[in-house]
Amino acid sequence: MEIINVSKPAEISDAEISAARQEKQVSVTSAEQPLIRIRPSKGWVALQLRDLWVYRELLYFLTWRDIKVRYKQTVLGAAWAIIQPLFTMLLFTLFFGKLGHIPSDGVPYPIFAYAGLLPWMFFSNAVTSSGNSLVGSSNLITKVYFPRMIIPGAAVGAGLVDFAIAFVILIALMIYYRVALNWNLLAVPLLLALTTLLALGIGMWMSALNVKYRDVRYALPFLIQLWLFASPVIYPASVMPQKWRWVLWFNPLTGIIEGFRSSLFGVNKFDWKALGLSTAITIAVLVYSAYHFRRMERVFADIV
Amino acid sequence: MPTSSDIAIRVEGLGKRYRIGARQQGYKTLRERVNDLALTPFRGARLLLGRNGDEEESPPGKTYDPQSAIRNSLPSTIWALRDVSFEVKRGEVVGIIGRNGAGKSTLLKVLSRITEPTSGAVDIYGRVSSLLEVGTGFHHELTGRENIFLNGAILGMRKTEIARKFDEIVAFAEIEDFIDTPVKHYSSGMYVRLAFAVAAHLEPEILLVDEVLAVGDIQFQKKCLAKMHDASKHGRTVLFVSHNMAAITRLCERAILLLDGQVIDDNRAHQVVSKYMRSSFGSPAIRGWTNDAKKPGDDIVRLCRVRICNQSGDTSETIEIRQPVGVEMEYEVLKPGHVLVPNFHFFNEEGIYVFVIHDFGSEWRYRPREVGTYISTAWIPGNFLAEGTFFVGTAVSTYKPVTVHFYERDALAFYVVDTLDGDSARGDFAGHLPGVVRPVVNWTTVAKSAAET
Repeated sequence: MEIINVSKPAEISDAEISAARQEKQVSVTSAEQPLIRIRPSKGWVALQLRDLWVYRELLYFLTWRDIKVRYKQTVLGAAWAIIQPLFTMLLFTLFFGKLGHIPSDGVPYPIFAYAGLLPWMFFSNAVTSSGNSLVGSSNLITKVYFPRMIIPGAAVGAGLVDFAIAFVILIALMIYYRVALNWNLLAVPLLLALTTLLALGIGMWMSALNVKYRDVRYALPFLIQLWLFASPVIYPASVMPQKWRWVLWFNPLTGIIEGFRSSLFGVNKFDWKALGLSTAITIAVLVYSAYHFRRMERVFADIV
Repeated sequence: MPTSSDIAIRVEGLGKRYRIGARQQGYKTLRERVNDLALTPFRGARLLLGRNGDEEESPPGKTYDPQSAIRNSLPSTIWALRDVSFEVKRGEVVGIIGRNGAGKSTLLKVLSRITEPTSGAVDIYGRVSSLLEVGTGFHHELTGRENIFLNGAILGMRKTEIARKFDEIVAFAEIEDFIDTPVKHYSSGMYVRLAFAVAAHLEPEILLVDEVLAVGDIQFQKKCLAKMHDASKHGRTVLFVSHNMAAITRLCERAILLLDGQVIDDNRAHQVVSKYMRSSFGSPAIRGWTNDAKKPGDDIVRLCRVRICNQSGDTSETIEIRQPVGVEMEYEVLKPGHVLVPNFHFFNEEGIYVFVIHDFGSEWRYRPREVGTYISTAWIPGNFLAEGTFFVGTAVSTYKPVTVHFYERDALAFYVVDTLDGDSARGDFAGHLPGVVRPVVNWTTVAKSAAET
């Protein structure tokens, strides 16, 4: 939907409104610009980032709701945020580390795997839940207006808490395995931000497609599973022959996951080329899916 | 011509087209899409990439154009709104009425930006809140307190604004003791009260409301109506969609009547309401259906005609308070063997459910009906209803098991007048007499003699 907030966004503070009123009293004769214009939209539409900013509190509340509700009526509660990566790590260690003898770049395999699983699990959970978020929020979409991007956005945001909880375990594991903490750790928040943006890009895209094609619901878990094997979670990127390693880089998660390990363990140097490519792909995906989302958005309420 | 700064909402040539089926089976599976792809490869490829929003709902032009409407009136599309134009001034309270499917809700959805118009334009001057349902986004696992914040944010309130009004909201909802209990443990009444309380504390300049008052107990409904009335007194612009004719006439000075997506009347509320009530017979006191497909009902029984008549059997929308009122329905029974109970429901202009009457007195109480046409008439005695307008809902039900074959809300309306002849319950009193009924009862008054004490 093309909504052009010509003079002011739809939601402005009372002070601004009264200021606008006073202005109006001064110049009643001049034609007042409407606050909201509704027209059928054509072609590419504006992203309405300003509208998103106006509704930032709603993003916060919906994220908070998702976090709050996530482990309600479970016996183990937030412990699930630890159990999932921890047990997956144990399985990987047993099958791939011990039996499969997969190399781990000179780091004990358990924390090697755990360090890869952290961003991976955050990413895959975020993509899955945001991919299903719009369809699950049909009651909101058909009853009230707000920028729809907030819905997949909140689903991604809620995953950050699980990441934080699981990260505490990572620190404990690193201490246990006597991995020296180093200054590269400061890169973790940046890498996490990149993962978040990538998850948002993919999640937003999938959520919009899901409204129209419910196949997404079934295809997504399958694609995520394939993606796991295409990402250096179980294995290091270094198992790929140097000549072919660039193929892995086209998966934006390669640079991110390898980057995580570099910043945590400091064994490998940051691969700036891989990271740069990840960032570029992430931004491209994000921009594409944001525009795609905006184009699909106008029919959400009619077909969800 | 009002200056533009007096205008709160301006709607010009608004049209909204739905693809039939887009509502029922809106989403396609990939398989269907792959079929499309095989038929039209290039377009299909675009669709798979998801750039399909505009193809699905391509606007025929800036304004509604009858030519293109005809071109587009393929069986697969319907116009839920066509060429709707009106202006709402600041501080006006406008009711939107029309039968089901007339486009009322679609209009509100377009105005509240939930769905996009196919053609035309809307300009809104002011901060808008829309209330298409109460309790949107309530989460059962969260407490009352948490839901107030969540719901408030969804409705567009700021966190500080919610915090400031929090105590007031809780008091309005009358749930102080349960504020930290998850709402899943609330009774349905408490739930609705809380949901409405949040909505009632919105302070937009323009409020779009859809039939949300049809919830809660009478007491609470009155409170909500009063709150809305307040809102309009504070210069708020309100657009109010309702089936409750009584609420429309009470709250709105102006009403817009929609029929098949078009504005067919836009005038003073009571005039529009009576036009709405009036059928092809030209009176709100009689309505008939000739087209079988449009008759309210199911495969057992269908409503053909309803009317209000006076003692001599003539159709009349005005009834003298001392005279009995005949309420009549003609219906056809399509399948034999069912015990059918005709019933009428009476509401006054304040929306108060005055009473319901069933046919429990006639020989048909236990007797299964044969196929055929029946006329059932109920006689409400004179000197019983108060003065004013009454709206009559008409239904036929079966009680074992309980089945409502049809219920036509606001099927009829009539006015009870008191002519001040001195022999009604009014006596010689000419002032305002409150109450929903006005029976004439027997009085005895004796002077207590001193000897008896």
